[in-house]
Amino acid sequence: MIAATHLSSTYYLTFAAILFGIGAVGLLVRRNVLVMFMCVELMLNAVNVTFVAFSRALNDISGQAIVFFVLVVAAAEVAIGLAIIVAIFRRRRNGATADDVDLLQG
Amino acid sequence: MIAIVAPRVDWTSIAPVVVLVAAALLIVLFKAISRDRVRTYEPALLIGVLGLALSAFYLTKQWSVVVDGGPSDALAHMTALDGFSVFISVIVIISAILMLLLSSEYLVARGIESRPEYVALVLMSAAGMLVMAGANDLIVVFVALEVLSIPLYVLAAYDRTRARSLEAGIKYFVLGAFSSAIFLYGVALVYGATGTTSLEGIQTFLATRVLVNEGSLIAGMVLLLVGLAFKVAAVPFHMWTPDVYEGSPSPVTAFMASATKAAGFAALLRILYTALAQYSSDWRQLIFALALVTLLGGTFGALWQTDLKRLLAYSSIAHAGYILIGVQAGTAKGLQSSLVYLFVYAFMTIGAFAIVVALGGTDDLHAISDLRAYGRRRPVIAALLAFFLLAQAGIPPTAGFIAKLGVFAAAAGAHSYALLIAGVVTSVIAAFFYLRVILTMYAAADEQELPDELETAPTWPAIGVPVAAVLAICVVMTVWVGVLPTIIIDFARDASLIF
Repeated sequence: MIAATHLSSTYYLTFAAILFGIGAVGLLVRRNVLVMFMCVELMLNAVNVTFVAFSRALNDISGQAIVFFVLVVAAAEVAIGLAIIVAIFRRRRNGATADDVDLLQG
Repeated sequence: MIAIVAPRVDWTSIAPVVVLVAAALLIVLFKAISRDRVRTYEPALLIGVLGLALSAFYLTKQWSVVVDGGPSDALAHMTALDGFSVFISVIVIISAILMLLLSSEYLVARGIESRPEYVALVLMSAAGMLVMAGANDLIVVFVALEVLSIPLYVLAAYDRTRARSLEAGIKYFVLGAFSSAIFLYGVALVYGATGTTSLEGIQTFLATRVLVNEGSLIAGMVLLLVGLAFKVAAVPFHMWTPDVYEGSPSPVTAFMASATKAAGFAALLRILYTALAQYSSDWRQLIFALALVTLLGGTFGALWQTDLKRLLAYSSIAHAGYILIGVQAGTAKGLQSSLVYLFVYAFMTIGAFAIVVALGGTDDLHAISDLRAYGRRRPVIAALLAFFLLAQAGIPPTAGFIAKLGVFAAAAGAHSYALLIAGVVTSVIAAFFYLRVILTMYAAADEQELPDELETAPTWPAIGVPVAAVLAICVVMTVWVGVLPTIIIDFARDASLIF
C-alpha cells in the first residue's frame, strides 16, 4: 500500500514537472502575449499539482492550503495582465503580439 | 471535534503594513466617493505621505521592541520582527517617500494624468515590501513578492499614452510572472523535501537530519535563487531590467531600483542565512557564480550604453553584483555589509534618477552625447549628476566608497579572494563609464558652440521644490554616510545580529 502511494505521487510529480516545462518553454517560444499569459497559468497550476501531490505523500494538509494562496495570486495576475494587454490593444488595434512591443531593445 | 485556536495577533509587528494598506484603501475609497471635478491627486498624495510617516513611526517602535526584547516572530511564526526586517523596512519607506516627492512634479511636467490610484499603488507595493522584509515562511515570501510586484506592473505601464511605458509594463509583467512561477516551484520542491514551508522549520529539519536524496532540495534551492535573482536583476536573469527601467516613468524606475532590490535581497538573505544555513557550502558556490557574472555583465553592459537611463539600469545590475559579494560571504559581516550597501545604494540611485527627472524632455530619453556642455548650461544639475555618478563609482569621501569597502572586507574575511579581485577590477572599469558621462558634461563646452535652440528653449528650466528636496536629502545622506559611516554601520550591525 505504501509502495502504491509512493508510486502514484511520483506519477503526479512527473506530470507536474512536464506541465511546468511545457509552460516555461511556451512562454519563451511563443510570440502571442495572450498565449504567453496562458503559459504562466500553466506553470502556476503545475506547481499546484506538485503541492497537492507532496501534501498527499507527506500526509500534511498545509500543502493543499497553499494552493488557495496560489489561486488567488494567479487571479490577481490575470486581472492586471489583461488590463495591460487591453491598454496596448487600444493604442494599436491590429493585434498584440510580442513583436509589436519592440521599442526597447535589451 | 478539534477546537480551532486562532493565532495571537501581535499588532506591533504588523502595524507598519496595516497603516500602509489602510492608507491605500482610504485613497481608493476617497477617489470612489469624490465628485468628478474635485482634484483628487493632492489629497491622495497627502494621505500617502502621512501613511508612510505613520508607518515609519511604528518602525521606530518596532526597533525599540527589538532592542529591548530581541528578535521575535508573530502571527503563528509567519512573520519575523527583528532588526533585519526593520532595517529593510526603513529603506523601503524612505524610497517610497522620495519617490512620491519626485512623482507629482514629474507627472505634471510630462503631461501624464495624475490620478490618486498612483499613490495607492505605491503604498500597496511598499506594503508588500514590508511583508517581504519580515517574511518567515516561504509562502509569505511568495505572497509578498506578488503584492509588491503586481502594483509595480501597473506603475511601469502607468503612462498609458506612451508606447514605451506600456511596453515596459508588459515586459515586466511577463518576466515577473515567469520568475514568480519559478520561485513557487522552488517552494514546492523544498516543501516536498522538508515537509514544511516555515524557514525555521526547514532550518531545524535540515540541522537534525541527513537527507538520503538531496536532489529535490537542491533543485528547489536553485529555483528559489533563480526566482529571486530575477527580482534583484542579477545576470543572467537581468534581461528585463534595461528595458523596464528605460520605459517606466522615472520616479517608478527609482522606486524599482532602490526598494524592490532591497526587498528582493531581504528575502534572499533570510532564506539563505536561516532556512538553508546548513547548505551554505552549496549556495555559496551558486552565489559566487551569480555575483561574478552579474559584476561582469552589469559593468560591460554599461560600457556600450548611449542613453543615461539605460546606463543607470546597467549600473544598478552591477550594484546587485556588489551586494551579492556580501551575500556570498555567508557571515555576519557579509550580512551587515549587504545591508549597508542596500541603504547607501538607495540614496545614490534615487538621486541619480531625480536628476533624470530634473533634466526634463519627452520620453525620458537622454543620450549621453546630448549632455554636452551641461557643465555650463545647467551647472547645478551637472554638478549633482557628477556627484551621484562619482558616489556610484565609489570615490572615497562618498558613501559609495564605504559600501564597496564593506562588501570587499566581508569577501576578504570569508576568503573569497576571486570575487574580491573581480569586484575591484569591475569598480575600476565602472569608473571609466561614469567618468565618460562627467567628461562629456564638462570637457566639450569650449570646443563646440552651443546650438541656439538649446539655449533659447530649455525643456524644463527650474527644478521644483519637491525634486530639489529629494536631491538635497540624497546628497546629504551620501556625504554623511561617507564621512561619518559609524552610525549606519552600527545600525546595520545591530540589524544583522538576528540569526
